[in-house]
Amino acid sequence: MKLLLYFLLFLSATAFAAAQEIYSLDSFQKQQQFQRVTEQLRCLVCQNESLADSGASLAKDLRQEVYQMVKRGDSDEQIKNYMIQRYGDFVLFKPPVNYLTYFLWGAPFFILLIAFGYLMIFTWKNKDRVGN
Amino acid sequence: MRYSIPVVLFTIIAIFLWKGLGQDPHKIPSALLNKPIPAFDYPTLSEQRFTNQKFLGHISLLNVWSTWCPTCWSEHAELMHIAKHSKITLYGLDYKDDKVKAQKWLDKFGNPYQEVVFDDKGLLAVDLGVYGTPETFLIDEKGVVRYKHVGPITREIWNAKILPEIAKLSR
Repeated sequence: MKLLLYFLLFLSATAFAAAQEIYSLDSFQKQQQFQRVTEQLRCLVCQNESLADSGASLAKDLRQEVYQMVKRGDSDEQIKNYMIQRYGDFVLFKPPVNYLTYFLWGAPFFILLIAFGYLMIFTWKNKDRVGN
Repeated sequence: MRYSIPVVLFTIIAIFLWKGLGQDPHKIPSALLNKPIPAFDYPTLSEQRFTNQKFLGHISLLNVWSTWCPTCWSEHAELMHIAKHSKITLYGLDYKDDKVKAQKWLDKFGNPYQEVVFDDKGLLAVDLGVYGTPETFLIDEKGVVRYKHVGPITREIWNAKILPEIAKLSR
């Protein structure tokens, strides 16, 4: 009885294996490309999941599109541009660096700089009061 | 006075976060905005031919729907109303659906569409940047996408969001 229980528990671990389709590609490089590109594209339905992970119907369709393009020999950039053309920049997990997003990319460094600057000024101003 | 800087910083951050709460990440603006509808040639539910040329010469609405989408059912009454009272041509795009089911559904509940493009594999929808039904495109007489609404169209949305966009085109 215990054995049965343990066996069932063991089986339950496999329940999390997502039922994905099989995409057969003839070279290891292409397989890597497929994995890489689908991980870099966002699923627009389940928006924190990548195309690689999402079980949504749209994700399945788009994985199929990516598969066709990888098979055909398109580059990473061509595939991503295909998606951006249809769904906009949001389909990428990493926003592109252009005039709209300079602030987004630069803000963390900028804020860090200001905070550091403030810290410097504060300690300089109070150097006679701080410690000994 | 000592705490004024943190208070100011807090207020600024709070304002941004508050605004952020009001945004819906699922309402992604159309990548086709102010771009022409991509060229396509698909059959309709009644086996006629439908190409992007159909959009030329008049203002159109293209509503993406399917029989398996419950939100689309709720929108249907409003679409019937629009078809009846508006001069705008309303086309449908039946997304990843069963042709027989779709026709039966329209026969039973009423057909607001002038014509219904049948996209059984969803490939045309991908070209249009559709990610969740129902979605409705507003297309001008040159075949250019001028507005897209994601989600069902209610009376309020029709009056507040879509009619103003149509008015812009008619000017």
